[in-house]
Amino acid sequence: MKKDAIGDSLSRVDGRLKVTGGAKYSGEYKVPNLTYGVLVSATIASGTVTALDTRSAERAPGVLAVITPFNAPKVPGYQAGAERPVRGLKLFNDNKIYFNAQPIALVVADTFERATYAASLVKATYNTEPFETDFHKNIDKGVTPQKGNYKDYVRGEANAYKNAPVMVEEEYLLPTEVHNPMELHVTTAFWDGDDKVTLYTKSQGVKGSQRSIAAAFGLNPDNVQINSRFVGGAFGSSLRTWPHEIAAAQAAKLVKRPVKLTLTREQMFTQVGYRPLTIQKIGLGATADGKLIGITHESHSQTAVYEEFTEGAVNVSQFLYNSPNVNTLYKVVPLNVGVPAPMRGPGEATGSFALESALDELSYKLNLDPIELRLRNYTDTDPERNKPWSSKYLKECYQKGAEAIGWADRKAQPGTNKEGEWLVGYGIGCGAFGAYRGNAMAKIKLMADGSVNIQSATSDIGPGTGTSMVLIAADTLGIPADKITFELGNSAFPNAPTQGGSATVSSVGSAVHDVCVALKQKLYTMAGKPADSMEPIDYVAVLKQNNMPSVELTQESKGNPEAQKYSMYSFSAHFAKVHVHPLTGQVKIKKIVACVDAGKIVNHKTASSQMIGGAVGGVGMAMTEEAVFDERYGRYINGNFADYHVPVNADIQQIEAIFIDKPDPVLNPVGTKGIGEISLIGVAPALANAIYNATGKRVRELPITPDKLI
Amino acid sequence: MSTTKPCTPTDGEDNSNGTRRDFLKQTSLLTAIALTPGTVVKAAENQWDEKLAGVFEKQALHLEVNGVKHELMVEPRVTLLEVLREYLDLTGTKKGCDRGQCGACTVHVNGVRVNSCLSLALTNDGKKITTIEGLAKEEELHPMQEAFIKHDGFQCGYCTSGQIMSAVALLKEGHSGSETEIREFMSGNICRCGAYPNIVKAIQEVKGGMV
Repeated sequence: MKKDAIGDSLSRVDGRLKVTGGAKYSGEYKVPNLTYGVLVSATIASGTVTALDTRSAERAPGVLAVITPFNAPKVPGYQAGAERPVRGLKLFNDNKIYFNAQPIALVVADTFERATYAASLVKATYNTEPFETDFHKNIDKGVTPQKGNYKDYVRGEANAYKNAPVMVEEEYLLPTEVHNPMELHVTTAFWDGDDKVTLYTKSQGVKGSQRSIAAAFGLNPDNVQINSRFVGGAFGSSLRTWPHEIAAAQAAKLVKRPVKLTLTREQMFTQVGYRPLTIQKIGLGATADGKLIGITHESHSQTAVYEEFTEGAVNVSQFLYNSPNVNTLYKVVPLNVGVPAPMRGPGEATGSFALESALDELSYKLNLDPIELRLRNYTDTDPERNKPWSSKYLKECYQKGAEAIGWADRKAQPGTNKEGEWLVGYGIGCGAFGAYRGNAMAKIKLMADGSVNIQSATSDIGPGTGTSMVLIAADTLGIPADKITFELGNSAFPNAPTQGGSATVSSVGSAVHDVCVALKQKLYTMAGKPADSMEPIDYVAVLKQNNMPSVELTQESKGNPEAQKYSMYSFSAHFAKVHVHPLTGQVKIKKIVACVDAGKIVNHKTASSQMIGGAVGGVGMAMTEEAVFDERYGRYINGNFADYHVPVNADIQQIEAIFIDKPDPVLNPVGTKGIGEISLIGVAPALANAIYNATGKRVRELPITPDKLI
Repeated sequence: MSTTKPCTPTDGEDNSNGTRRDFLKQTSLLTAIALTPGTVVKAAENQWDEKLAGVFEKQALHLEVNGVKHELMVEPRVTLLEVLREYLDLTGTKKGCDRGQCGACTVHVNGVRVNSCLSLALTNDGKKITTIEGLAKEEELHPMQEAFIKHDGFQCGYCTSGQIMSAVALLKEGHSGSETEIREFMSGNICRCGAYPNIVKAIQEVKGGMV
């Protein structure tokens, strides 16, 4: 028997399925009588569609239906006064156009090719209205969000930085970035009668999808079955149920056959969210010896006219450093665009780019090492909430990360460090992300052969949820990992939160831990021993003695009330070493070190991969990614992988993940704090700061393309 | 040894048009082409024009996929990727962009790696296709598959089939001389989860014959 499985390096439990093509994603289930849905997009950015000529499309071979705002069956959740109203865009419910590429029709045909061709035959007549997509022109129309706590924040005195002996006041721009998971968003929907529907859909939360689809069609959630066992990446783009998923179910109901609706890569730029274009102003004031006097952080970001999107872009400035005076402002600018969605590290990654860049600028003004500047403003309690941290090892992150990157070889004066013809630079970027825990349930079944099956309605968009859960169960039960199977991605399983906010291991891991403890106690009681006995027992023998073929139980796990007394965050320090060519502006990222305090690490193998992956995402954010708008039409011009550049293999050299790996004593019984978001937060500023250190060129508008360096 | 499996495209041809099927039973392709202009006009008036074209455009396709011979009738616009996924239910080959920009659909055509979304199925008539499902020998994984598991060369797994098919071809092409060369010649396969360093490690290990 193997004890202490947590902290192991276990290969993925679903690895074999993934390397053999056996893992089935949502568009890959063989459903009899399948039909194919293809969306037709509007070509104007604002107005109404006054007529749709669908005659040619309808008589094209294999076409079963063309759904438009003029003939679509009503979706109950879209109607005024709906009992459970659906938020966001109500597709085909009326003829209003809010953004370019908004779907105006859905063609259903018996093959994908026929549906695609027929979609090209739909002709729209519009009544166009003036539209606003130019963020810079409309920034003054920014409003404080109506929902959530986004009120202006002041601690001490506002704009105190202006009176400081040393100050930085700069603006930073982050362009629109698109999640672009490799799997296209796809939904296969089919009905059983009028009141039961099944969806295979790309979802980060099958329970959330179940509730949304039930609300849309006015169904009992028990009559909605959601399957999402394998998800081909999401990064936040599948946190909610999108209009096209409801449309797939709507179409399937109409044609009385299963409908598979796959978005095109181009549609992925407009239909399933993105990290919004954001302009941030940072003011930093410090004493001559580098103590912060004031931090001001003002953020304006893009949202949609039909739905408000918000994220925590200014949060990090309120607590990451010790400053007596802090003020923040957060506004959103509604435009004729699709609604954004949280994208890995959401607002915190955006905010950290601005704050950590400004801090770097301040370090040069102070002639102080950037790490030393951070140390002088380190805070051992949360200055925003006046609470202790549940755990914080950020100092250790500075130290270990600096060693691993070779910080000692950094030269303070930009442009003075050379290797051959290349300029060499080092940079640091730090971040924090809230450590959360939601209520979750798990069901466990011990079989007579000693095998254990656990089920929970969580998801795995890539981090290796099942693998971590198996390790937690192996550790808690004291049995080998290969005796345990974990099932997820099915709405019929016990309740679990949506996979987001880096909280899955904390939430679902706690449920798995607790259900294993409950099972153990039950077996000890059955064996006539005290429930808390440490003496090992043979579970199989206990079943046999009691003449039971199996034993099964379900447990709900809720947060620790003690947690209220603490501020709980994962912390990170990212380091980068870059080479920059002085003539061409080419940047080679020689090494990235990601050092993170994320509590206990359950599986080092998958956690390292997650950290490396977050760093690669950060490279895209810093160096290549930008969705470019043509303001004349309010339309993206680079909605594909040839023109929107995500990092490829040749862009990535060495990335090292370092874990502090000390358990958090408060948040959950496993001691984890979460790594999904923190793996990306801080990467972009580390790179921007390294490039400044190499060249003396401060780029405040991402991405840092070569033209900005020559 | 190859075996032949009959295959019916899942296009549900019988769903909408009894008339068209009956028409075809009674009419050969040649007589259809020889239809009098008057008949064509009549067909067009009855909105049959598009439907007729749809039927006559299908052509025979012979493919050997993972050692199994298939005989199909497909339209010229159908890509190899769609034939694999939608007609043959070989969904291990992935659709990530349908534009030849991401590499998720990489398969081997007569031993050469190809983006199957950019290859019209009919241009592959008579060729041998290997997909991710054909790489392992029964229960025994290909060394590249083993190495991807060992080095965790994936997360979500969606690009993985394409990465592995590319990696296997890369070794054969002789493009694995250095880490830099591997990265360059694997850059047609995007991994959004960012598993690149682990993918390179897996390829290096197989090249070194250490698995």
